[in-house]
Amino acid sequence: MSGILDVSGLTVRFDTPAGTVHAVNDVSYSLADGETLGVVGESGSGKSVHVLAMLGLIARPPGRIAGGSVTFGGRDLLTLSEAELRDVRGGQIGFVFQDPMTSLNPVLTVGRQIAEPVIRHRGLSPRQAWQRAAELLDLVGIADPERRLRQYPHQFSGGMRQRVMIAIAVACNPKLLIADEPTTALDVTVQAQILGLVRDLKARMGMSVIWITHDMGVVAGLADTVQVMYGGRIVERGPVRAIFKDPRNAYTWGLLRALPDHGQRVQRRLHQIEGQPPDLYAPPKGDPFAPRNPFATPRCFEQIPPLVPAAGAVPGHLVAAWYDLPRLLAQRGDAR
Amino acid sequence: MSAAAASAGPILAVENLKRHYVTAGFLGRGKYTVKAVDGVSFAIGRGETFGLVGESGSGKSTTGRLVLRLEEPTSGRVRFEGEDISALPQSALKPVRRRMQIVFQDPYAALNPRMTVGNFVGEPLVVHGVAPDREDRMARVAALFRKVGLDPRFVDRYPHQFSGGQRQRVGIARAIALEPSLIVADEPITALDVSIQAQIINLFQDLQEQLGLAYLFIAHDLSMVRYLCHRLAVMWRGRIVELGPTEAIFEDPRHPYTKALLSSVPIPDPDRERNRQRLVFDPDTLRAAPDQPMVEVAAGHFVLA
Ligand SMILES: Nc1ncnc2c1ncn2[C@@H]1O[C@H](COP(=O)(O)OP(=O)(O)OP(=O)(O)O)[C@@H](O)[C@H]1O
Ligand SMILES: Nc1ncnc2c1ncn2[C@@H]1O[C@H](COP(=O)(O)OP(=O)(O)OP(=O)(O)O)[C@@H](O)[C@H]1O
Ligand SMILES: [Mg+2]
Ligand SMILES: [Mg+2]
Repeated sequence: MSGILDVSGLTVRFDTPAGTVHAVNDVSYSLADGETLGVVGESGSGKSVHVLAMLGLIARPPGRIAGGSVTFGGRDLLTLSEAELRDVRGGQIGFVFQDPMTSLNPVLTVGRQIAEPVIRHRGLSPRQAWQRAAELLDLVGIADPERRLRQYPHQFSGGMRQRVMIAIAVACNPKLLIADEPTTALDVTVQAQILGLVRDLKARMGMSVIWITHDMGVVAGLADTVQVMYGGRIVERGPVRAIFKDPRNAYTWGLLRALPDHGQRVQRRLHQIEGQPPDLYAPPKGDPFAPRNPFATPRCFEQIPPLVPAAGAVPGHLVAAWYDLPRLLAQRGDAR
Repeated sequence: MSAAAASAGPILAVENLKRHYVTAGFLGRGKYTVKAVDGVSFAIGRGETFGLVGESGSGKSTTGRLVLRLEEPTSGRVRFEGEDISALPQSALKPVRRRMQIVFQDPYAALNPRMTVGNFVGEPLVVHGVAPDREDRMARVAALFRKVGLDPRFVDRYPHQFSGGQRQRVGIARAIALEPSLIVADEPITALDVSIQAQIINLFQDLQEQLGLAYLFIAHDLSMVRYLCHRLAVMWRGRIVELGPTEAIFEDPRHPYTKALLSSVPIPDPDRERNRQRLVFDPDTLRAAPDQPMVEVAAGHFVLA
């Protein structure tokens, strides 16, 4: 497969006074040219940390990359110097952080923050870069860009700051866009506009995308492939239709059931996955979801299931589970 | 909402609230004004969940901050439990703040990085003298942690050791610590995974049943809004353009912005989502006069025509 990104065995730990946090455990996948990967999963499951680690953005200490490699453009990102990484970040890889307020500089105007990487990575003159910044603000749906460029982040609403982050991320036409919850603070009309912009960049530039989100509707519309994380691991991965129509991991299944029904007034209480997330200080020896899984088998408590092709599923549909979910659901008379 | 509670009058009444920001122009040239909130009126009943949705930058968070007097209005009034709080000096707001709490949009900015999350959740109990005894307080904090789905063993940890969703739950635990009568929740579930969202929404409903809590619920997730809110206001460019019972608005949206908004909700189903038709509208065709009143198109359903 002609991949743009190859993640192999990525493992990240945090050494804290309270112990070692097993935040990301043996994560491997590759991303094809032009592919959009949607990453979903539980809060605290390592979605953010795994991409931050790739980009050399976790603080060390307490963070530590305990293993793995991340190949991009023929080089292992994990071995690059800080200067080399800075060159990759914001240039060939654009990224949007989950947390727009702390990632924008409060004392610089929004315009400078968008223009600066364009000057550095693309060699535009300050004047051209300012022009480009105005264009970008317009593209992300911020009215009156000329004036807005001269404002500071605190003068923007939450959703407007998020859009500034998106503008910065795509400013240099990156080959890969990594976006961590990039549209959660936006109303759905602006979100639709942003998704349109991303689709457009994909079509014109063949950009690949890693899109981390909790919004299953966005994943349904945008992703080619969906990856589900739990307890720092990939527990399921496959083509978008397969994940939605034929989930094989009990966590994925629970996640889909927790959604309110679209387009009608829901009367029932929302389904929630009972129990606590796994303790990442002392990860269980088996499947991390086993204690909360109504379908767990004794083996689930003993041994971590590997991520393997799901039986009778479409190609590329992988699951980590010791149980056969479709069969168990059929037995319960619980057709999906 | 019981009839008796409703007859006791609204818990919150906002009347023609405005907040204009004046920004100095480039090099001091040409100041200009952002009319962040420009004449907003609504009332929330006791035990009611009132949703505030709409355009990004339309003034929802600003409205929330004005209600809590975290910011001073340019003009207009806020009545809380019958009392006009817009004129109270900040020093007289302490008892009000106990009964009215906020959960913020940004779980990162909301937490104090140098305070353990347990102390952060317990702080209002100290400030208001509710649980001066440390042991009693820690027991309450542990119970609050469990209520929001956090492991009580985490009380001694610091915010940076938590994921985004976990931090948001810490903020919610603190907000409910004093059992307030109104919670202004500014995108409280935005940062959470779907299952935790369901947990928090169920929790909001349980607390409402037990304590008769009312919510001003600011959100972008319209499926959740539809699920949770009794009534709803849609904001666009500083004004409420539509207000009414949630079902009336979802079934029969009247304002062009509301129609565009509802048609843009992504559907968590790849086949349906990829065939969804979105309505777009031309904002330039909408020009309501500044003092234009809303029109009642059905019982309790108002539109800015
Ligand atoms: N600096 C740190 N010190 C200790 N633990 C950390 C640190 N940063 C992250 N963690 C832990 O690593 C785990 C993974 O966190 P991460 O932010 O990747 O979760 P996430 O999947 O992005 O969650 P969310 O959906 O809530 O954003 C969490 O359990 C978190 O508490
Ligand atoms: N301190 C400030 N100075 C100048 N303008 C401000 C300030 N705070 C907010 N604004 C402006 O007020 C408007 C409303 O902002 P607000 O944060 O209330 O929007 P919102 O509806 O909550 O949006 P979002 O959905 O994106 O969170 C925006 O145009 C914003 O730029
Ligand atoms: Mg995250
Ligand atoms: Mg806001």
